[in-house]
Amino acid sequence: MKQIEVDARGLRCPLPVIHLATAARDAPAGTLITVLATDPAARHDIPAWCRMRDHELREMAEVPQTAVADAAPPADPAYLRFVVVVRPHPPKASGADTSSAL
Amino acid sequence: MARHPDTDLSVARRRVLLDAASAPMLPAARATLIAAMDAGWADPRRLYAEGRAARALLDQAREVLANGLGVRPPEVSFLPGGPTALRAGLEGLRYAGRRRGARLVATAVEHSVILTAGRYHAAQAAEPSLFAEVPVDRMGRVDLSVLEQAVAVTGTVVAAVQSANAEVGTRQPLEQAHAMCHTQGVPLLVDAMASLGRDPAPAHFDVLAADARSWGGPAGLGLLVVPERTRWQLPGPVGQVEHGRTDVDPVVAIAMAAAEAWRQTQATRVDQAARSRAIVQRLRAAVADLPDVDVVGDADDCLPHVLTFSLLYVDGEALSIELDRQGFAVGSGSACTSSTLQPSHVLAAMGVLTHGNVRITLPLAAIGPTLEEDIDRFITELPIAVAAVRAHLGASDL
Repeated sequence: MKQIEVDARGLRCPLPVIHLATAARDAPAGTLITVLATDPAARHDIPAWCRMRDHELREMAEVPQTAVADAAPPADPAYLRFVVVVRPHPPKASGADTSSAL
Repeated sequence: MARHPDTDLSVARRRVLLDAASAPMLPAARATLIAAMDAGWADPRRLYAEGRAARALLDQAREVLANGLGVRPPEVSFLPGGPTALRAGLEGLRYAGRRRGARLVATAVEHSVILTAGRYHAAQAAEPSLFAEVPVDRMGRVDLSVLEQAVAVTGTVVAAVQSANAEVGTRQPLEQAHAMCHTQGVPLLVDAMASLGRDPAPAHFDVLAADARSWGGPAGLGLLVVPERTRWQLPGPVGQVEHGRTDVDPVVAIAMAAAEAWRQTQATRVDQAARSRAIVQRLRAAVADLPDVDVVGDADDCLPHVLTFSLLYVDGEALSIELDRQGFAVGSGSACTSSTLQPSHVLAAMGVLTHGNVRITLPLAAIGPTLEEDIDRFITELPIAVAAVRAHLGASDL
């Protein structure tokens, strides 16, 4: 199974979702895409993208700050890691009115 | 994309205000405000003729608004703005309930004044359970079964539920929420800042907060409604102003302008709501045809004048600027349009797309007399603006 990593740390919305969608567009069905993001909107927007474009969000996890030995301030800020499974033939039709779908 | 200068008002095309939350006041209210500056300038507490005249005008304004809300005039206080009134409503209920506990319950889509106060009190006491946020569904409507459990927890002294959400328009089930609170002896604080003037006044509350802007009145006037039956008291020494509910004197002219706006809006509310609803329905259908759009909020059980949607692969700030260039003033809940760079807590709680967000709130008829034509032009221009922003981000064929 093909695996891709999209490192969108430091990028602001909507760029993390655009980078994810670009990777998904050219990937065969079943591809696992791991996305790393620091943007606060990614927590909401990557799950929303999966719902809207019919891909599977397999995992969303907070990666804690990495503590460096003997150093009080952490070396890296915390970030989010998403694992998305590319579904076959993502529909590219007009958007859905979610309010009528429920 | 080049940022267009804010000062460029030479464009011949008329400006179209689609952000009623910050609309100018109705022309009749403005005329009243100016006239009242002459007639009601005096301190209403003074005993001489000018003071008594100002007192009479202030009483008149209070009576108009109390009648409109179905309460008695002494139950209505004027505070300097809706959020201030809401905060006072919360603190007074909390303090009055201090012998029973200190726990607050609020929906996750309440005004930030409520959420920040709740988090603050819980953090001060180092006791996270003192504040419970009740989740909402994809439409933004409160989960009543979670609310019922939350208000049943011992020590709960306030539940805050809005009449309708200002950002997405979804109405909340106040009657059921009030019944649940009543069963547990928990007072219900209702934020009516989004709905008053558009929907009928709420009938189910123990304390109510409102803002004159929502019915076409001036900025800077909030209403705090504390019915006689409700136990409510602010901590500290009791103010002498507005039935002891604030220490800020109301500006008589502003209160009169708010009352005049209320008269105007109430006389035409049903017709205006029908007109707004028809325009929103047409716009909703057109927006839903755009590629990759999340139209958010309830389509039916909602305020008549609100439509919110989020577009994939669109930068909310760039789209707002592009629409502004075309003459349209719209709101947005996207992170890039907020000073904190955090997305709207309402969109986040609903689990909808937060980037590329556009929020349309139709102004009242006196402010937007040509809305039907204006929305036709918006429906033509929006897809062009969206395509331009997506192309700029290299996201045209995703």
